[in-house]
Amino acid sequence: MRFFAATLAPLVLSFASPALAQSTDHSAHQEAPPQAAEQAETPADPHAGHGTTVPPAAAAPDPHAGHDMTMPQATTPGSNAGREMPGMTVPPASAPDPQAGHDMSTMAAPQTTPDPHAGHDMPGMQMSWPESAPEGAAMPNIETSADNDGRPPEAPTPTAASEGPAHAADLYFDPVQMAAAREQLRIENGEIRANVVILDRLEASFGEGADAYVWDAQGWYGGDIHRFWWKSEGEGAINGELESGEVEALYSRAFTPYFDFQAGVRQRYTPDADRTDLVVGVQGLAPYWFEVDVAAFLSNEGEFSARAEAEYDLRLTQRLILQPRAEVDFSAEDVPELATGSGLTNAEFGVRLRYEIRREFAPYVGIEWSSSFGDTRDYVEARGEDADDTRLVFGIRAWF
Amino acid sequence: MQKALDRRTLLKAGGAGALWLGLDGLLPAWAQTGSNGIPPTLTTLSGAEIALAVGETPFTVGGRTGHAITVNGVLPAPLLRLREGQNIRLAVTNNLNEDTSIHWHGFLLPFQMDGVPGVSFPGIRPHETFVYEFPVRQAGTFWYHSHSGLQEALGHYGPIIIDPASPDPVAYDREHVLVLSDWSFMHPHMILARLKQSPGYFNYQRTTVAGLLSGEDRMSAADRRMWAEMRMDPRDVLDVSGSTYTYLINGHGPEENWTGIFRPGERVRLRIINASAMSIFNVRIPGLPMTVVQADGENVRPVEVDEFQISVAETYDVIVTPRDDRAYTIVSEAIDRSGLGRATLAPRPGMSADVPPLREVPNLTMRDMGMDMGGAGMGGMNHDMSGMAGMDHSGMDMGGMASMDHGAAGGHGDMNMRDPENAPPDMAVGVGVQTISPAPANRMGERPAGLENVDHRVLVYTDLISLAPNRDRRAPSREMEIHLTGNMERFMWGFDGRRFSELVEPIRFERNERVRVTLVNDTMMSHPIHLHGHFFELVNGHDGHQPLKHTVNVAPGGKVTFDLTADNPGDWAFHCHMLLHMHAGMFNVVTVRPLDGDLS
Repeated sequence: MRFFAATLAPLVLSFASPALAQSTDHSAHQEAPPQAAEQAETPADPHAGHGTTVPPAAAAPDPHAGHDMTMPQATTPGSNAGREMPGMTVPPASAPDPQAGHDMSTMAAPQTTPDPHAGHDMPGMQMSWPESAPEGAAMPNIETSADNDGRPPEAPTPTAASEGPAHAADLYFDPVQMAAAREQLRIENGEIRANVVILDRLEASFGEGADAYVWDAQGWYGGDIHRFWWKSEGEGAINGELESGEVEALYSRAFTPYFDFQAGVRQRYTPDADRTDLVVGVQGLAPYWFEVDVAAFLSNEGEFSARAEAEYDLRLTQRLILQPRAEVDFSAEDVPELATGSGLTNAEFGVRLRYEIRREFAPYVGIEWSSSFGDTRDYVEARGEDADDTRLVFGIRAWF
Repeated sequence: MQKALDRRTLLKAGGAGALWLGLDGLLPAWAQTGSNGIPPTLTTLSGAEIALAVGETPFTVGGRTGHAITVNGVLPAPLLRLREGQNIRLAVTNNLNEDTSIHWHGFLLPFQMDGVPGVSFPGIRPHETFVYEFPVRQAGTFWYHSHSGLQEALGHYGPIIIDPASPDPVAYDREHVLVLSDWSFMHPHMILARLKQSPGYFNYQRTTVAGLLSGEDRMSAADRRMWAEMRMDPRDVLDVSGSTYTYLINGHGPEENWTGIFRPGERVRLRIINASAMSIFNVRIPGLPMTVVQADGENVRPVEVDEFQISVAETYDVIVTPRDDRAYTIVSEAIDRSGLGRATLAPRPGMSADVPPLREVPNLTMRDMGMDMGGAGMGGMNHDMSGMAGMDHSGMDMGGMASMDHGAAGGHGDMNMRDPENAPPDMAVGVGVQTISPAPANRMGERPAGLENVDHRVLVYTDLISLAPNRDRRAPSREMEIHLTGNMERFMWGFDGRRFSELVEPIRFERNERVRVTLVNDTMMSHPIHLHGHFFELVNGHDGHQPLKHTVNVAPGGKVTFDLTADNPGDWAFHCHMLLHMHAGMFNVVTVRPLDGDLS
């Protein structure tokens, strides 16, 4: 290492270029700044060059808190030069008067210690500190609101803290530009807009009746609290016509950490009749990680109905997920046009096993049981269909 | 500087060490000011100037190339070597088509030079140059990074060494800089979008049925039930994991094995900077004890450890003395154990040592939920919850845990996980507050999650003792309590229940006021909280020698108290340094008044 040859005064050494040494090295390492090593090797007069390298006080009007002008030893009872770590003298940093920090007695320590590096030896490292060091000192437990029933009021902010301009940077930069930058800052620290499209079920089902398809999708756009939320689902025979389909457009507002209140409209299509509904619902995450979605509908014909859905992801492995899903539908009245009786109309329970090739893309296989009840069951059977159905489903869950 | 540098070519030219020198020819603007790279003599040049250009550069790691935002075409950005006491002029040119900025992390400087758009200055417009100019008032290891958009996650960060004006109290023969970071080929905006859409998106280490049956999850069915009831994930340690991140050391992935050279017997100073966007690391060098001599650029009394945790934006300087003529592996393991960064210390290039396998995924505990299950002395204990199967969050039966420290008023008989009475009156307990720690513990003396039971020495915050005595010994004139709040299901983060975007009031300090601030973590995530323009003293029991930090990690469900002398007038950013937590709202402005002009 070429600079070790230059055992000169620190001033001279401070001009030695560590970067030069790098060229022989594989890495970004820097050679040690010479002072520390130098101090050990030439303790004769560490002050000689040192005073001249310290920058004038004017360059540093306000030394920061960590760099006290006094040596730590000076305020540490029980310390003495022999027990200090000679190599660890504290720099006076940007003390207004560079000389003030150079306590002669402390600086003499290297000279009186046979091996200035002794204190750096690994085993003795901690032992070389004054015994007054608060080893294992009790850490004060600062009370917070959780410790106090009465929630002690915080002391008011001193009035001087509110003096001066509201925005300090306006004194240095164009206030118009600063205002724009502040708005950008506000947006970039919390005002996140996001959106998602979720194809929860896109499946083909096979059972006793005709082969059928189902779609069940939803998505949202918006911020953390307010969102536009849409949902769509429907089913039909693969080689036939649409049996039922619906689209919802909702305003969604988060009202608890886990739940959103939703309100909007729904449009339904069936071969026999269409309906437009007002929708009010709640969607979110219930304890035990159940995804639930409950909604009530009031149609343009004055019919009242409701639906509740719940699903749960049981992780068998990180990517293989068993998802039970249940749905029940209710109607407040008998609506022959829609083949719906009053009371509990339909229930579905399915179990789907999906494999997340990616989080966003998972094929699945499953079984779905469905049943109709009450008068609804009669309508179904009158059409010659099974009121209880068990079907094998294959599908894809995807989102983006 | 728009020249597309072939990074590999540069590396072949002699490794990252030569990279700085290699820039000499390729980056004239920067090289001219420093002459031969970054010699400490730089500071002795009056009016030292450094030119930095922010631009887009291809970045290759693990055989794949993506787009990075770089400074002077390199990732990490060039090492700046300054000298305490000098004045520095840094001309930063924006070659992007969007605004940029550079924040000098940990610097005590005039606020208008701090580099936070919307707080300190308007930002740097595309194709414009902004000149930062300020006196360098401190020494140590620091770093710099963008404070615009999410550029920091794309490579816009670099190290700074400031040599002390007076003899360095730390003796060493050689030094290396280790910039730890996380790189993803997924754009950070997409990462954020995925977290908004599906908060567990990046976590492939969740508890599973398979893990239950095999016992690999180390968690009973009853514990799972309890976590599930609370809608909390005991494996939610980091939001973004090794499933998308490649963990870098000095811009090198694990396979590329950045290597630092030493000669056996040398005292090697490692200046370690966590420049990650979203990753906290546990750092160790198997076979080589490390003596921590500096934290966040401030000297501390040497403390020898075998492993330490470095949160985002923290820096630690350690001394190692490799005595054998062999290679040592530097491991920066993500705290969720989803991946690691790896580098090598070796006597010669081309050597390598064993890379230890990833250790088992830590399970969070009730302590991470802010339930104080004992005093600070529990640091080494395994917080197993198996005896607490009956818990539910409305009325926990903890009768079986007679030895517990009943820190909360009213004991544990009715531990409400979201009781506004456990927060300051002005906290907004809304959608963005999933939980409120019912009994937050001071965890500064505890080993971090996953290191409770390792059979070697682990640094804890109470080990940090400032080398210099604290300058301001006044008792704080007031106390302040700030809650770190969030909703992991919605990926919302804030202070006191508010996102910054909700037009929050700034945190106001009177100039030179001495304030004791307690940060209470109401979430299950770690939050590295950073205050610009100041150092604060951790209240960790070492009165008079409280360690000074610019960034402090607040452990899940824990609390941290610091004393602050608000001696730097102006407006300052105060935020979580988890980049996406900040972006989601965990940010505020600290004002220190009166300003200089107001004094007259």
